[in-house]
Amino acid sequence: MSSVTAANSASLLEVEDLAVEFDTYGGIVQAVRGVSFSVEEGKTLAIVGESGCGKSVTVQSMMGLIPMPPGRITSGSARLKGHEILGRTIVNGKEIRGSEIGMIFQDPMTSLNPTMTIGDQIAEPLQVHRGYSYKKAFNEAIRLLEMSKIPEAAKRARQYPFEFSGGMLQRAMIAMAIACKPSILIADEPTTALDVTIQAQILDLLQDLQKETGMAVILITHDLGVVARMADEVAVMYAGKIVEHGMVDDVFYRSAHPYTLGLKEAMPTNDPSLQHELKPIEGSPPDLFSPPQGCGYCARCPYAMQICNRQQPDDTFLAKDHFSRCWLHHVSSSNKPDQLYFKEEAK
Amino acid sequence: MSNLLEVIELTKFFDMGRKHRVHAVENVSLSIAEKEIVGLVGESGSGKSTLGKTVLGLHDKTSGQVKFRGEVLPQKYQAKDFRRFATNMQMIFQDPYSSLNPRMTIGEIVGEGLKLHQNHDPSIVRDKVAVWLEKVGLHADHMSRYPHEFSGGQRQRIGIARAMILEPEFVVCDEPISALDVSVQAQVINLLGELKESMGLTLLFIAHDLSMVRYVSDRMAVMYLGSLVEVGKADEVYFDPKHPYTQVLIGSNPEPDPELERSRPSTAIQGEIPSPVNVPAGCRFANRCPKVMDVCKSITPQLIPLKDIERKVACHLYT
Repeated sequence: MSSVTAANSASLLEVEDLAVEFDTYGGIVQAVRGVSFSVEEGKTLAIVGESGCGKSVTVQSMMGLIPMPPGRITSGSARLKGHEILGRTIVNGKEIRGSEIGMIFQDPMTSLNPTMTIGDQIAEPLQVHRGYSYKKAFNEAIRLLEMSKIPEAAKRARQYPFEFSGGMLQRAMIAMAIACKPSILIADEPTTALDVTIQAQILDLLQDLQKETGMAVILITHDLGVVARMADEVAVMYAGKIVEHGMVDDVFYRSAHPYTLGLKEAMPTNDPSLQHELKPIEGSPPDLFSPPQGCGYCARCPYAMQICNRQQPDDTFLAKDHFSRCWLHHVSSSNKPDQLYFKEEAK
Repeated sequence: MSNLLEVIELTKFFDMGRKHRVHAVENVSLSIAEKEIVGLVGESGSGKSTLGKTVLGLHDKTSGQVKFRGEVLPQKYQAKDFRRFATNMQMIFQDPYSSLNPRMTIGEIVGEGLKLHQNHDPSIVRDKVAVWLEKVGLHADHMSRYPHEFSGGQRQRIGIARAMILEPEFVVCDEPISALDVSVQAQVINLLGELKESMGLTLLFIAHDLSMVRYVSDRMAVMYLGSLVEVGKADEVYFDPKHPYTQVLIGSNPEPDPELERSRPSTAIQGEIPSPVNVPAGCRFANRCPKVMDVCKSITPQLIPLKDIERKVACHLYT
């Protein structure tokens, strides 16, 4: 059980105005351009967006996983239980990486060490962070494998990654990530490489573990189905910024940003009475070497206005926790498309 | 409607050394009518891609037949067979990154089929490539560029242009969208839909995204460990699955609707798809099936039509 005793008002993790850029031969890539969000204890935040929108870079910078150089955190802060973690590795005498925040990656086949047994790999963080003896750590590893519902855990702990299937490896990686009872688990596309049946098993496991340990989960995905199933809160990212943020029902049923709507309409609905044509989002995301002056989505947005090209929109709050970063919500915008959700008085 | 393609008891084994063989596809029968889209779904390792490739002759057949317009295709393709049938049957591959030769320009990649099969002179080939690049939403002046200069969605369009330039009648699409982002998936699906309409194509659409397969296909075939377990109209199979495996597969598919997801009981099935090397006797799904009976472990169920609806199911529950 995580021993979080933060004041009720403060969130477990608060990220403010985070910006990350990378030096490359082609110039500077502004991968994350001012992202703010918070994560509550025991809740799941899903970060959604297409490849290259900065989802992974956002969480990797919190974990200190950005190679510097070429990477650089240019602004912002991330506070875990009130303590700054950006650029640090130790907070409150505990190492952040692996101990306070656990992480699982998209591709379990390449994220584990092929020359170490599964049990040794899970035992390693316990030895490093908790100072367990090898034997104690290995026994704990077996217990963690059992917790992750791996059959014959004692035997499996002595096997190597190549002897595991993709789904089993993902379970082993989850066991490793939760070994030190982190207060936050970051799952970066944890099921993208898996079949739907295995995906359902892994998602169930994550939910069970979350209930048991009370940890918060940051789930990065591009699958809106997975978001609907897992998330309490959703942040939709586009071109290095969060364009819409809200509770899962707000974002799905009261979508307020054209990009969120675009993602929804690009997927087939499963309601036979609502057979709609797939509406692709034409074009591709902007080049982050020279991000557009105005809204990043404006080149692909069906509702784009003149101002969108020139100036960044601000966040407009539609409910306490629900905001959209779009000019359509500005009081002086007369264009209020029916498909989008607007505040009552704005209509 | 007549059947364009008939697969009759097709089997494909791969030998692994002297003792083991992989039962990749076993005893699969499937017919595809003209201008029909058949979606083929199943977990990875169920033999979907092997079936697609064996139908096209990219793998030799271990046994069974494939008929195209009534003509039996050769068991083992020779160079002349490829030359003959490749103009009628083409394939779009899954991975847009590894399926384009990085040392060839787009013009060479897309035009290669024309050059090989129809012996056109270079200027005609170039004109046709230009037309096709425009048709798939690229520009004619992309012709001199190399694959690394394109994004995943654009590469998949190049793969589509390469398959379509010979104006085939039948195309196997092997997971054409699974490597792409959601917004781009819809672009590629709509492009395939338009080409299907304008060219009168027949498609075998292999995918593991069930909602997309339902959206795209007329009929859906569900595969498990090398055999078909259920075949029927796509909507009907999706909303009223009969085989326990199809039920599990569709129950595991998360839908982009939070209320529905909250109200849905967890249907995660235990276990994983067994190895196709040592295929269990009886029904192949028996060891994971929630409704398993004694008979399932000894007798292999056949794919038989159901009484009331247009559906074929291989399960002892319905015999």
